[in-house]
Amino acid sequence: MTATETLPTAETIACRPWPRLVLPRQEWSDFTATLAERPLVLLALWADTQQVHALFRDPLTQDVAAVSTPVEAGAYPALSPAKPNAAAFERMIADLWGHEAEGAAPASPWLDHGQWLQARPMAARPEPARLADPPPEPVDTDTPLMQLSLGPIHGRVTDAARLRLQVRDGSIAVAEGQLGFSHKGAMVLMRGKSPRTAARFAARLAGDSTVAHSLAFALAAEAALGVEAPDRAVALRGVMLEIERVAVHLDTLAEVARLAGAARVHAQCSALREHVLRATAEAFGHRLMMDCVVPGGVAVEMADNADAAILRVLGQIASALPGLRRLHEGSALASRLSGVGRVGVPLLVQCGAGGPAARAAGHGFDARMLNQSGFVPAARARRPDTLGRQQQRLDEIEGSLRLISTTFQRLPFGPLTVALPQESGEGIGCAESARGDVWHWLRLDHGQIATCFPRDPGWALWPAAEAVLLGAAVEDAGLIAASFGLSVSGMDL
Amino acid sequence: MARVPAWFSPPETIAAGAPDGDTVAALAARLEAAAQRRLGRSLALRHVNTGSCGGCELELRAVDGALYDLQRHGLRFVESPRHADVLLVTGPLTRNLRAALEQAYDVTPDPKWVVAIGDCALDGGVFKGSYAVLGGAGMAVPVDLTIGGCPPPPERILSGLRSLLEANNDGGPGT
Repeated sequence: MTATETLPTAETIACRPWPRLVLPRQEWSDFTATLAERPLVLLALWADTQQVHALFRDPLTQDVAAVSTPVEAGAYPALSPAKPNAAAFERMIADLWGHEAEGAAPASPWLDHGQWLQARPMAARPEPARLADPPPEPVDTDTPLMQLSLGPIHGRVTDAARLRLQVRDGSIAVAEGQLGFSHKGAMVLMRGKSPRTAARFAARLAGDSTVAHSLAFALAAEAALGVEAPDRAVALRGVMLEIERVAVHLDTLAEVARLAGAARVHAQCSALREHVLRATAEAFGHRLMMDCVVPGGVAVEMADNADAAILRVLGQIASALPGLRRLHEGSALASRLSGVGRVGVPLLVQCGAGGPAARAAGHGFDARMLNQSGFVPAARARRPDTLGRQQQRLDEIEGSLRLISTTFQRLPFGPLTVALPQESGEGIGCAESARGDVWHWLRLDHGQIATCFPRDPGWALWPAAEAVLLGAAVEDAGLIAASFGLSVSGMDL
Repeated sequence: MARVPAWFSPPETIAAGAPDGDTVAALAARLEAAAQRRLGRSLALRHVNTGSCGGCELELRAVDGALYDLQRHGLRFVESPRHADVLLVTGPLTRNLRAALEQAYDVTPDPKWVVAIGDCALDGGVFKGSYAVLGGAGMAVPVDLTIGGCPPPPERILSGLRSLLEANNDGGPGT
């Protein structure tokens, strides 16, 4: 990676499959000062009790590296002046570990709303919290603009988040997401458990990407221990990941269509999704495949002849795709969606975004490129708007159908899991969820999790959506949010 | 003053007395019973997310989708707790959302039901014991019905809601 070439004195930690470099404070500052010019994508920033870690991806070479710096006197040099998308992570680190980002713009707490039993719960010594009333809803009294505060209970069936909008002449002038409502403290619960036990929490970080999170977590644990899942497990994991993508893409297509008033597309996509989930429940025993992917392999064998049932449903989807494509081209739905929520590649890269939103705009990163040799992402620069994202999802469904049927043709036989040794190590894993790339980092101490961090695609999609909402019509806000696939649970941790 | 022609004069009628009170009451009771049976089988649902991972929401959306079609049973989602008969609570009750759940419950008009959907809303599920989680929805509001599962499949959600509909038909909560 280009970043590592300029860092000769860095101490390299054995983290698999990508290295982790520990920089002394001064070198970290020098490194972050040059980041503004470097094309590196900041994927995540997190901490443990002693260090702060940043995960970068080079968009040209697709190399990945983690860079760390020790926390001294409770502080570390901030990354947000060079990489604006670090700001939310820095607020999260302050809430959970209490490390202060020196040089960052002053910001309010992110996850901690003053309600927890403990303050700084991940710190070496958490403090008992001084319980306060929930913070009043912030109101900007200076602005002459109309203010809308949506959430945390809002919409029909949605996540718990608050979106604050300021409106001028019907278009959005200020958009700010306020998150942390669904913070469940999963990382503390995962600590001290074996990867196999902690996988239950990884599977419940975000329900719409339970397979992707489980897979990234399992890959990180396997990398840390230097084991590999058996061939059959790898193949079945691939099938589950693609089924999840098809189901979530159909759900998003249906939801956007519903919001755009296209009842027929909504009905068709939600019916297809339901058929997929029913076939999945028969094949793997769970509609969303929760807890099916575990460190060391997969937890369930596919039911007999379930591949035929899955292929039948996939055939149904394949025959519906041309019609759905036509409904997204030159139709009333297409003209409703076109131009709504436009976003350019530079903004997406600045936010660290991937997934269908970035690929529709022409940024061709897909975490499957890192896990499956020879994988080519379905990214052709088309239209960076809501319509383009719908069309991108239709393309990706087609790609997933192809991947599943090829895997079924050569499904290897053999064991489903390998035993995990009780060893120590550090690993990083990634998987491509339907919303974008999921990353998990963990350090094992004699087979138990010492510390871990899951990076949900929401960390990148929320700031991108906030930027896209500026200038948009108020009535399009829900449509834009749905088309980005915003979900909060994964980034609320 | 012109003389009013004979054909213009009102017909001769006998003043009608008040209808028989008993008959009216009986008819009204029959109408109300029929209306309750034919029209009253309807509940407005408001979803309240108290920190869910999103899995229960996916299944709630499936229930609302084309194949299960909630509306044919007289169930529909509304966008404000003020319009709701039923609060559908999903997720472990996080400390950050306790106030929001209480507010939603307070503004829901009586009579009201609270349904906890999914293992998390039951007792916190896998997240119980966390510094950030209170437990189930019952820690903040009285729960009338629980539908377990992680997440519960749409059939189970639907059958739970339909039993609520039956119960509602026999007399709402508090009657």
